[in-house]
Amino acid sequence: MTKFQFPESIRSRPVYGTLEPRPGKAHLMIADAEGAEALLDLATREARLFAQGHIIYIPKTTGETYTQRLRDLGPAQFHVGPTYEASVPRIRRVLSDAHMGLQVYLAGTEGLMGQAQNEAMQAGIPHSAIQTEHRGSVARRMQCVHCKGITEDVVTDPFVCSHCGLNLFVRDHYSRRLAAFQGVCIDAEDPGNLPDPVELYT
Amino acid sequence: MTIQFNTETFRDDYSFRNSDWAIKRFPFPFHEDSYMYSVNMEQHRGGPDGSVYEKRFDVDEHYVSEMQDRAIVLADDPLRCQSLPHMTLAGWDTLELIMVSKSEDYPDLFELHRDGNRWRWINKPMGIDHTFTFLDETTLPCGPLEYITRQAQGDYAVLDQRGDMLYMDAGMVTTQADWSLDFDIGMDFFEWHAPVPLAHEMGIFKRALKFLLNIQQGAPARRLNWTMTVNPLLDTSPENYHKWGIQKTSLTPENVGAKQHLRVELQTFYRLPRSNALLFPIRCYLIAFQDLVSIPKWGRRLHRVVRDLPDELATYKGFIANRPLMLDYLGRHDDGLPTSPGVWPDLDSEPPLQTQNDARSR
Amino acid sequence: MSAAPQKARAGAEKIDVIVSAVVPLNELVTRFEFTRADDKAFPPFSAGAHTVVEMRDGDRLRLNPYSLMSDPADSSLYAISVRRDDAGRGGSLFMHRSVKVGDRMKISYPVNLFPLDLRGRKHVFLAGGIGITPFMAMIAHLERMGGAWELHYACRNEALGTYVDQLTSRYPNKVHVYFDDRNQAIALEDLLDGQPLGTHVYVCGPKGMIDWVHATAAAHGWPDENVHSEEFLAPQPGKPFEVRLCRSDITIQVGESESLLEAMERCGVDAPFLCRGGACGQCETDVIEADGTFVHRDHWLDDEDHTSGKKIMPCVSRFVGKSLVLDR
Repeated sequence: MTKFQFPESIRSRPVYGTLEPRPGKAHLMIADAEGAEALLDLATREARLFAQGHIIYIPKTTGETYTQRLRDLGPAQFHVGPTYEASVPRIRRVLSDAHMGLQVYLAGTEGLMGQAQNEAMQAGIPHSAIQTEHRGSVARRMQCVHCKGITEDVVTDPFVCSHCGLNLFVRDHYSRRLAAFQGVCIDAEDPGNLPDPVELYT
Repeated sequence: MTIQFNTETFRDDYSFRNSDWAIKRFPFPFHEDSYMYSVNMEQHRGGPDGSVYEKRFDVDEHYVSEMQDRAIVLADDPLRCQSLPHMTLAGWDTLELIMVSKSEDYPDLFELHRDGNRWRWINKPMGIDHTFTFLDETTLPCGPLEYITRQAQGDYAVLDQRGDMLYMDAGMVTTQADWSLDFDIGMDFFEWHAPVPLAHEMGIFKRALKFLLNIQQGAPARRLNWTMTVNPLLDTSPENYHKWGIQKTSLTPENVGAKQHLRVELQTFYRLPRSNALLFPIRCYLIAFQDLVSIPKWGRRLHRVVRDLPDELATYKGFIANRPLMLDYLGRHDDGLPTSPGVWPDLDSEPPLQTQNDARSR
Repeated sequence: MSAAPQKARAGAEKIDVIVSAVVPLNELVTRFEFTRADDKAFPPFSAGAHTVVEMRDGDRLRLNPYSLMSDPADSSLYAISVRRDDAGRGGSLFMHRSVKVGDRMKISYPVNLFPLDLRGRKHVFLAGGIGITPFMAMIAHLERMGGAWELHYACRNEALGTYVDQLTSRYPNKVHVYFDDRNQAIALEDLLDGQPLGTHVYVCGPKGMIDWVHATAAAHGWPDENVHSEEFLAPQPGKPFEVRLCRSDITIQVGESESLLEAMERCGVDAPFLCRGGACGQCETDVIEADGTFVHRDHWLDDEDHTSGKKIMPCVSRFVGKSLVLDR
């Protein structure tokens, strides 16, 4: 499956890479949906690090497509979670028990990577040391700058805030702390005058 | 020094007014008839007597009312003041800097009495007389940054310096030109400036960062930034944009002189001693067009700057739609005469506006 | 925008001081304590900061950076500890031989290129020899403000173990000392193993020790951001060379044992500087023309700048060749 090419953008917009094996005492891998493919690709480059690996995987709509193949990589710990939110307590516990020398690998949607990255940062790992690789959906987590609510899985611009109902346009300005892009009212100066929603990246 | 403090509002009925004194000392930012970005830094080491540059933290007639407006903003949205946990020491550095500077620069208005770490701070304009223990948060009603910036005009960003980079890790932001502290907190220098058009390609931010990383204790710096605001509204935050944005459409040829304001930020940069962080005060000054053009040179120059500004900048600064209206008004205050270099009013040497009649009678 | 924008003076602001104590600690290291000449309090500083001390040695002006080792919260004095280097350029010799109690000197405001990362959950200090000095201030700060730390201190031998007694008696559980002459060495890999997430390591000592710590930590999966080091690069001597300074409109000779920056200063050029050790970028100078090879010794310019031949850091770098013209 080909990887999505994000268009070049402003400095605060995250840029994702390709997972590569790095020296470390332990390896924590968190992925959702097609992000599993990035982990499988990583294994073809260095299968041995999975012996000290802990995989937390959220299949989403991919169901069983990847689960067994990930299990077959032989990670020291393997957990399949139904949603990211349900996995958070486990992720926090793993990070609080962890020591320096832990390598973190994140793969899949921007929303998953952003939130998991934030957990790792809270635990004391600098964001530049956390690897990310995008796979799958390009839907965004958007924070409404007005009500502070986060709308998940946004795929059009403009969109409606799922909390306060304002019409928001999609900015590329991104906050690691919130793991979300910024949404700003689009019709403040001309209420009701909205362009037709367009799919992101068209 | 006696200052008459105004009772005025920066919202609703907008009773804000600049006195003649405030108009003459306004920090006009344009030293020539056009504008482009530059790293226009200079030392913050005094200025002409009575100017906004003279004191470390300038106090003017708007002080008390601005602090009241800040209190309203914070009651409405406490997220406008945030401090990541490691920035408390920088907050104390900031409190010390502002208290020491103001008590030395305005002894009639502020007093600071220190006995070891037992400090007594008296703020006469705001009626505050408070004794507390320096470095002990439990003796203040709130964190040190919030405590002192509720008593100091302008916004304050506190930047942690780590690994040749600056991080916006704390701030009090209630008079901002359209950016969100809650969203930007934690970002690095290039990231929080990401939305600014053109400047990155020009290498402006790379040079500015190098300069800021090397600001040392005892050697603060300053620069000016500017934008436009309809109505003397201080809280032009993205958070409330869905409420105030509509005001931009209320300009008419009759009211543009009174409602359209030039908004100038006097930005200063201080190295903080104990935390090694960088304090970045952003002091906002507003002036209505009709007051600005009472200084002939400024009227001429502002017309030319606004007329020739690239579209991207006018868009980013939020006035592209109102530009034609602004130019109609400003054009009537530009007689085409040359203007002296520099920002000062030069009332002695710059002639008053020449009308058509003057031209014909020559 | 001011009527007469002031050009920033080179270097950090200065403080007039009086030497209040000269305390030899062992055969190589002496502590110098300063009080302010105007009796005011010293500015507070952040642990890890250094001051640049001005030394008038006859007609030669020396400027050397030394870590502030005093408690940052003690505003009554500043203290530095200087290791005598008989083979050096003379600054430490001057301090040891010529500076006495009561002397008036000028030192700069503190400048910090080696700060603590205040987000750190734990701070591990690795000191080699005189590299102990910045950690004295850091330890004082963390003890006062509350913060987890431990020190691993490598010394040549007990006689030259500067402050070892003071540290081990005050903090017996947090200070570990290793004497070279007893074949004791820091077990770095063991030390790094098992540190909690959010631990930061700081190393101050000879270049070899610094490189070893960075390399070992990286090999064990530590992010670069968690490993901090400070090494004061003293300008290395080299063949004399001639430089044309465009803006000053003079041609100067850089002597064997003076840096390009020092030569410019000697000739009355007000060149910007700050750390004088190749790390801060303040003295960065544009090259207008060059026919020869650059000897870059700084940590500031990137590889591209080094190979471009368009920039040089005069505080530590040199030039070998036919001609060099600088924009200064």
